[in-house]
Amino acid sequence: MTKNSSTTSNYSRREALRLMAIGGAAGLIAPNLLGKPAFAKTPPAGPAGRVVVGLSQEPTVFNPLMAHIEVDDAIHFSVFDALVRMDPQGGLHPNLAAEVPSQKNGGISEDGLNWRIRLRDNARWHDGEPFTAEDVKFTLELITNPKFRAWRTSGHSLVQDITVVSPTEITWRMKEAFAPYLSFLAETFIVPKHILGKEADPNTAAFNQAPVGTGAFKWGQRVAGDHIELVANPEYAGEGPYVEQLIFKYIPDMTVLYTQFKSGDVDLVDQSFITADHYTEARELPDRVVTLETGASLESIYLNLGRPQFKDLAVRQALYAALDRKAIVDTIYYGVGTLTETFMPKESYYYDPNLPVQEFNLDRARQILDEAGWVPGPDGIRAKDGVRLSFSNSTTSGNNLREQTQQFLQQTFAEIGVEMTISNLPAAVMWGEFWLKSQFDTAMVGVTYLIAADPDATNRLHTKAIAAQGGHGSNTGQYSNPEVDALLEKGARSFDPEERRAIYNRVQEVVRHDLPFLPLFAYSIVLGRKKGLDGFEPNANTRTASWNAAAWKWKA
Amino acid sequence: MRGFLLNRLLQSLVLLVIVSIIGFGILNLLPGGPLAQFGLDPGMTQQDIERLKGLLGLDRPIWIQYLDWAWRLVRGDWGHSFRDGAPVLDVIGSHLFATLLLMGSSTVIAISIGAWIGIRGATRRYSLFDYLATVGAMVALSVPTFWFGLVGIYVFSLKLGWLPAGNMSEIGDASILGYLHHLILPSIVLSLVHVAIWSRYMRTATLDAISQDFVKTARAKGLSERRILMKHVVGNALLPMITLAGMQLPSVLTGALVTETVFTWPGMGRLFLDSLGYSDYPVVMGLLMFSAILVLLGNLIADIVVAIVDPRIRLA
Repeated sequence: MTKNSSTTSNYSRREALRLMAIGGAAGLIAPNLLGKPAFAKTPPAGPAGRVVVGLSQEPTVFNPLMAHIEVDDAIHFSVFDALVRMDPQGGLHPNLAAEVPSQKNGGISEDGLNWRIRLRDNARWHDGEPFTAEDVKFTLELITNPKFRAWRTSGHSLVQDITVVSPTEITWRMKEAFAPYLSFLAETFIVPKHILGKEADPNTAAFNQAPVGTGAFKWGQRVAGDHIELVANPEYAGEGPYVEQLIFKYIPDMTVLYTQFKSGDVDLVDQSFITADHYTEARELPDRVVTLETGASLESIYLNLGRPQFKDLAVRQALYAALDRKAIVDTIYYGVGTLTETFMPKESYYYDPNLPVQEFNLDRARQILDEAGWVPGPDGIRAKDGVRLSFSNSTTSGNNLREQTQQFLQQTFAEIGVEMTISNLPAAVMWGEFWLKSQFDTAMVGVTYLIAADPDATNRLHTKAIAAQGGHGSNTGQYSNPEVDALLEKGARSFDPEERRAIYNRVQEVVRHDLPFLPLFAYSIVLGRKKGLDGFEPNANTRTASWNAAAWKWKA
Repeated sequence: MRGFLLNRLLQSLVLLVIVSIIGFGILNLLPGGPLAQFGLDPGMTQQDIERLKGLLGLDRPIWIQYLDWAWRLVRGDWGHSFRDGAPVLDVIGSHLFATLLLMGSSTVIAISIGAWIGIRGATRRYSLFDYLATVGAMVALSVPTFWFGLVGIYVFSLKLGWLPAGNMSEIGDASILGYLHHLILPSIVLSLVHVAIWSRYMRTATLDAISQDFVKTARAKGLSERRILMKHVVGNALLPMITLAGMQLPSVLTGALVTETVFTWPGMGRLFLDSLGYSDYPVVMGLLMFSAILVLLGNLIADIVVAIVDPRIRLA
């Protein structure tokens, strides 16, 4: 979409960023996202107009450091700033930091342990107080405060000896070298010490209901269950904002969300976007820009490798060969979805395009099973050494596209002598212990592997991340491969994008061979906005479409 | 009378305790829980989730969690929402107005139109109007509310552009006219089913009253049909309706889930479903207690009124 709507001038910027991402990636000093870029057209005299963003879930957590879900990010990205920000190509840019720290510019020591961040000197909190290194220190310490209901703590728990060198410089030491932390900082919003520091209990502070940030928009008001209103921060240190009022409207039903987009009540459809079944119709709407964008998650059949049926690689290969993925995407998912062989999003610099391509072939699937000694029993179901090739598949009940896919798979699997039963559960049950503690046989699930778009997938693929075996992590398929473990450990310690690319390409190769999960397709999302809303850019490296509301403006 | 009141109050309290235990038990028996929403977050480790569980007090035995919750409630502390950290009473309060507005106006519409149709149908029994009203009521009762809602939006918002497609007000517009404009479609849709119910009840009650002896007496006295209807029939037919209206009170305050969803109305029904979806225990329990108190209160008031009117009940 951006391709259609982009002007020549910001095409050059995007190209430049892409080249940078390819050439030097994260560490490169990218143009300051917050400084007024040279190409920016003369902005209107002051922020003007209003944008109404429709969301199908209600944002309720406004302290960005507290445990929250995707939909809350829309507010955080507009009210707060992080040290760095990630662009759609995966490149990092300074936000509250004056430069992105790297080994080249001395921000990160050669051993990866000592970090030094230089900060902007002109950012102010919405109440007028200046932003300083003390706020950064306070933020990082609050996250690891055991009494605080913090969101993700991995990476942050490695930070120690935080020292404020000056109001614009902060240093710390990491317990071990951990490269993904730089990307994590892009999702770590800085909160004000002068407000939260005074609170006896930060979990119940008034701030959590009326946040004060440094971002392009100030907190306006919230009408619970209905909408949240943000207003332009004219003192914003960076680019923008150009719209005066930013409204996040909660519309609980996806069909109604789409209807209100159609009727013009909603200017932009964010989380959970336009449903696939409306895509064809939405594209034809007058005065609307509706596009298909790749998301960061992979829809796949997760196999619980703790079950005896799946320990044999031949079984996994045969099942994969029996997946008619094209038919599933085209006939069930309205063509919204991209076939892929890996968990790495195609937008990522670390994506491996050279993986073997799956081919739907039932004869081949049967042959693999025959050769591996899985012979059909009297009931037509294959078995070997007393293990029947029968399993259940679970997913969120009520998701009718997934339910159709399950029925489709049930039939194709039956043709190769494999029995699949369907056992779906309500979301709260499905994704609780049942999923986390690997109590399923197989699951149909959309999984994001990367944390903050860093290629490190330790949490999903490392042996020590198997919660069902006492590990700490979300390796719910119980995948274990010493080579992958070693590669992941090496990758997390390396700050060199080239070296990391080789490492993660090899991880993708091994995982593609081992097939701990069977990729169905990479999620695509249908984004819709009104014509005339400029400056909008989708970003698969963030969880919200409203990551850069500061740059939005209505065409005059 | 005092003994009767005390007795009733005690019964209500026991009932509330039972309701709360059952509610708390069922809520906690559901697997998943408030932290399941983080199950698919790539960055939330099992450790993070255990840590949050501890901070929310969810790692304690369920009966301790219950006693803790109940003891706080007795002291007037309804707890804080797991989702946004706001006090439960504030959360309920912030959704109450929307529901009251929608349910109140639709109930007024339903009662007035329903009563009119019922009386008219009864006085012209087996007329064309009566048949049409009966068929209409059956249709209104059988067709789901969301279908009426979606059709209404399609016709009046998307095609004709007369009425808003949903929401309680235009953002930034707090005028009464604005609210009324937004109220028209959802309150009519919601009242459709209630009109049907009310008209059926009203018809039966009116027919009952018409066949009474005092109506015959009035006729014998030579009163006009109009006067008989207004003074003797309707007055008596409305009596059972008042009890019915009293029983509707809790539902006026607890909301209409489907209509609120279709018209993105930020009311109590939505709040209940959302809180249940996120297993926001304090809010779900708060809502449960809130509606239980309303139901008991409604019954208590009804009992008292009946007792005042009819001394036989008091003795029983």
